[in-house]
Amino acid sequence: MAAKITAKDLTMAYGSLVVMHHLNFEIQDKDIFVIMGGSGCGKSTLLRHLIGLQEPTKGSILYEGKDFTATDPAERGPFIRRFGVMYQSGALWSSLTLGENLSMPLEESAKISAKTVRDLVSYKLSLVGLSGYENYYPSQISGGMKKRAGIARAMALDPDILFLDEPGAGLDPLSSRRLDDLILRLRDSQGSTIIIVTHELASIFNIADRALFLDTTTRTQGALGNPTDLRDHSDNAAVRLFLNRGELPNLPP
Amino acid sequence: MIDSVLPPAPCAAWQQDGGETVLEISGDWKRDGPPANITGTALASLPTRYQVSKLGTYDSTLPAFILSLIRSVTADKKDKQVPALDGLPESLRGLLALALAVPEENANQTTPHHSSEIRKLGKVTLEIWESIRSLLDFTGQTVLSLARFFTGRARFRPADFWMVLQQCGVQALPIVSLISFLIGLILAFVGNVQLTNFGANLFVADLVGIAMVREMGVVMTAIIMSGRTGAAFAALIGSMKVNEEIDALRTFGFSPFDFLVLPRFLALVLMMPILTVYANVVGILGGMLVGAFVGIPPVLYWTETLTSVDLTNSSLGVIKSVFFGAAIAISGCMQGMKAGNSSAAVGEATTRAVVASITTVIVLDSAFAAIFTLLDI
Repeated sequence: MAAKITAKDLTMAYGSLVVMHHLNFEIQDKDIFVIMGGSGCGKSTLLRHLIGLQEPTKGSILYEGKDFTATDPAERGPFIRRFGVMYQSGALWSSLTLGENLSMPLEESAKISAKTVRDLVSYKLSLVGLSGYENYYPSQISGGMKKRAGIARAMALDPDILFLDEPGAGLDPLSSRRLDDLILRLRDSQGSTIIIVTHELASIFNIADRALFLDTTTRTQGALGNPTDLRDHSDNAAVRLFLNRGELPNLPP
Repeated sequence: MIDSVLPPAPCAAWQQDGGETVLEISGDWKRDGPPANITGTALASLPTRYQVSKLGTYDSTLPAFILSLIRSVTADKKDKQVPALDGLPESLRGLLALALAVPEENANQTTPHHSSEIRKLGKVTLEIWESIRSLLDFTGQTVLSLARFFTGRARFRPADFWMVLQQCGVQALPIVSLISFLIGLILAFVGNVQLTNFGANLFVADLVGIAMVREMGVVMTAIIMSGRTGAAFAALIGSMKVNEEIDALRTFGFSPFDFLVLPRFLALVLMMPILTVYANVVGILGGMLVGAFVGIPPVLYWTETLTSVDLTNSSLGVIKSVFFGAAIAISGCMQGMKAGNSSAAVGEATTRAVVASITTVIVLDSAFAAIFTLLDI
């Protein structure tokens, strides 16, 4: 069976500025897959390509063997309906309350009774530790809370594939830990495939099954594999440096 | 050694010592001190050693000076070897090593090449062509979106529509009242001065009436709505874009166009004719007030207005208002959707939206004037 997500020869560019070229990777079903790399290396850009907000300059992205890139953007509904996306800033709709932020996609997706919608919203908010915040507007809550509300909204429709853009950045250590637990539990109980853009090392080692390292200097993928293996045995020095916070305790055998 | 009142001035002196190039640094290097005095010939290479025995106190000015020296020499060289920092105090060496740890990004070093007049002309032409294209594209999308609306396939929140309807309807009434009342007043004053010369000041009523219903009522309302509502549309949609809210709509399968542009377009196109009729009436009342002061009784003024302002005349302004409303909504929303991803870009988008909508309104009005003249209405 084809992998959940396949990137073939993916090249991303803004005009003539190539961000990353020739990315080749596969994400298996129920994987927690981390995209990591230094600031500004194109992690979020890669995420935007995966969800179809930007078109690759070259190469293609396939979901379970079906070509996503070649599909006309207007015909991508069946793909997109399976995604849940949490944006870096949370990207909550600022004219709606947290409750409405979650209920709007729910109400649009199917005919659901008002009571069920209310229960679902309250449940999803509780999962991220925001129960009782239904009537707050995004401007009334803190940055970390916006982030968590963004995750709750991304999970609103029980997505098959969840994309999280730097979910841990700006969270306190406890919330960050809770978030890791939440991600693991989502995968184990719902069977979601989760793609996370992050450079929080603790989270990476805690939750990632596989990780893709984007190298800023060569502008292509530096390494692909289990983060612990990569830290200890990668042949790419940049990857080992990154995963050891710049220290190289032992060279690979 | 005699203590001087002035602190020693910062100096850098190039010296040759055998095969070595030595840069002697002395004095106090302070941000608020005098500028550095550089003596000796600077060579095209870096000093191999620094001499700092006469160096006084210093802040970041000194490492900044040395860093710019190193950058200027190594900028055009291929080999990026670590420059010698011998002789510098330990703390400075540490700071400079940190500053030199990551190589300078060369992408932004490209010198802006001189652009000739022809090049500029070409660029402006291409920009104008591009903006016409995107305007046509956006208008086309609006039509498609309207088609989706009328076939019941467009999705937006009804609450949003009613909110916008209120914003560009009821909430615009005070300002529209004030401006059109004053315009009516001004027209009547100016008309009265001229018409009195011919002893025909009763015709002030005709002048104000026709001017208001054909031109002034609709144009002034359109200009008010450009500044008020067009700008608000651009700012709102622009900041939603900055905040990735539009991307979020897209990934939940909502069409941002149907969701944001359509309710605003519909609301403004519905409200503009109503506001225009209202502005016309208020303007005529303004004229009537002036009339009362210059000796035209209101009842007479009213009857005179009714003889000149017929249904054809009054419908012209209302017909135009629909097109003006569409133009303002499209300009505002288009600039918002095209805004860049920063708060400065939102400000720019708002400015462009107001300029574009006022320009479009005036251009459309001229076109209507030409058409109505040809049709002899």
